[in-house]
Amino acid sequence: MMRMRKGQLSIALVCVVLGIMLAVQFRATQGIRSDVTFQRIEDLSARLKAIEQERDGLLEEVHELRQKAGGGKELQNIKMGAGIVALRGPGVVVTIDDSQKIAKAGENPNLYVIHDDDLLKVINELRAAGAEAISVNGQRLIATSEIRCAGPTLSVNNTRYTPPYEILAIGDPKTLDNALKMRGGIVETLRFWGIQINISKSDNIVVPAYKSSFRFDHARAVESGEGGAR
Amino acid sequence: MILPILGLCIGLVIGMTMPYGIPAEYSKLMSVALLASLDSVFGGMRAGTEGKFNDTVFITGFFTNALLAAVLVFAGERLGIDLYMVALLAFGIRIFQNLAIIRRYFLGK
Repeated sequence: MMRMRKGQLSIALVCVVLGIMLAVQFRATQGIRSDVTFQRIEDLSARLKAIEQERDGLLEEVHELRQKAGGGKELQNIKMGAGIVALRGPGVVVTIDDSQKIAKAGENPNLYVIHDDDLLKVINELRAAGAEAISVNGQRLIATSEIRCAGPTLSVNNTRYTPPYEILAIGDPKTLDNALKMRGGIVETLRFWGIQINISKSDNIVVPAYKSSFRFDHARAVESGEGGAR
Repeated sequence: MILPILGLCIGLVIGMTMPYGIPAEYSKLMSVALLASLDSVFGGMRAGTEGKFNDTVFITGFFTNALLAAVLVFAGERLGIDLYMVALLAFGIRIFQNLAIIRRYFLGK
C-alpha cells in the first residue's frame, strides 16, 4: 500500500509537469492566429530577415555612393542652402521688442507693436544685404518658412513666439548693419514708433539647423524631359 | 486515480497563471517535448494495465523522453533535417498503439 502511495505521488508530480507544459503550449499557440501555421511564420520570418539584410546592404551602398559621388563640397553646399545644418560665421544679432511708449488717445495702438510685416521687412533687408543664413528665435528660415501674425504671437516655421524677437543673420556684419540702419530704412521707421530694435555685430554667430523634416504631399520631382502645364 | 488528475489540474492552473510563456520560436520544441511526455504517460498507463508499472522507470522516462525529443528537434533544425516530423510520427504512432492496447485491455476485462 505504502509503495502504491509513493507511486501515485510521483505520478501526480509528473502530471503537474505535464499540466504546466500543456498550459504553456496552449498559451503559446493561442497567441498565434490559427490560420497562420508555424511553417508559414518561419518562412515569413526567414524572408523578413533576408530582406532586412538586403535593405541594410543597400543602405550601406547608398551611403557609400553618396560619399563617392556628389559627396563633399556640392552636397555640403546644398545642405547649407536647404538649412538642414547649423552654420557659424560673422554676422549680426537683431533684437526687436514692442514699443515702451503708450499710445496717445485716438491713436492706433497697433502702430506700437511689432507685426509680421515689420519682421519681414527686416529679414528682407538682411537678405538683400547678402545674409547667408537667418534664424528667428532659433527657427532657421528656409524656403518654406512663414512669418505670420498668430494672434498676439508670431508664427515662424509653425512655432509661435512672443516678443522680443531675436534675429540671427550670417553675412558681412558691416553690410548687414548698414543695410538696416539706412537712412529712411526699416530701423529708422520702427524707431519712430518707439519699437526697440538693437543691432549688434558679432564675429561668431551660430544659426541653428532647420529642426523639422521636409514633407511633400503635392510636389514631386520632375524627370528630365517630362512635360506638363507651364 | 484521483491524485494524478488533481496533479494535472494543478499543473494546468500553474501554467495558465504563470506570468511568462515561451517565445514562439521555441513552441515547436515545446510541442515535441509535450508529445513525448504524452507518449510516456500513455506508456505508463499501458504498463499499469499490464501490471508491470514501475514509477522510477516512468518518471525517468517521462523527463528524458521530453528532453531528448526537444534536443533532437533543436539539433535537427541546426542541421537542416526535419526531425520534427520524425518525432511527431514516432510518438504519434506509439501513442495510438498504447491507446489500442489499453482499450483492448478494458474490452477484454
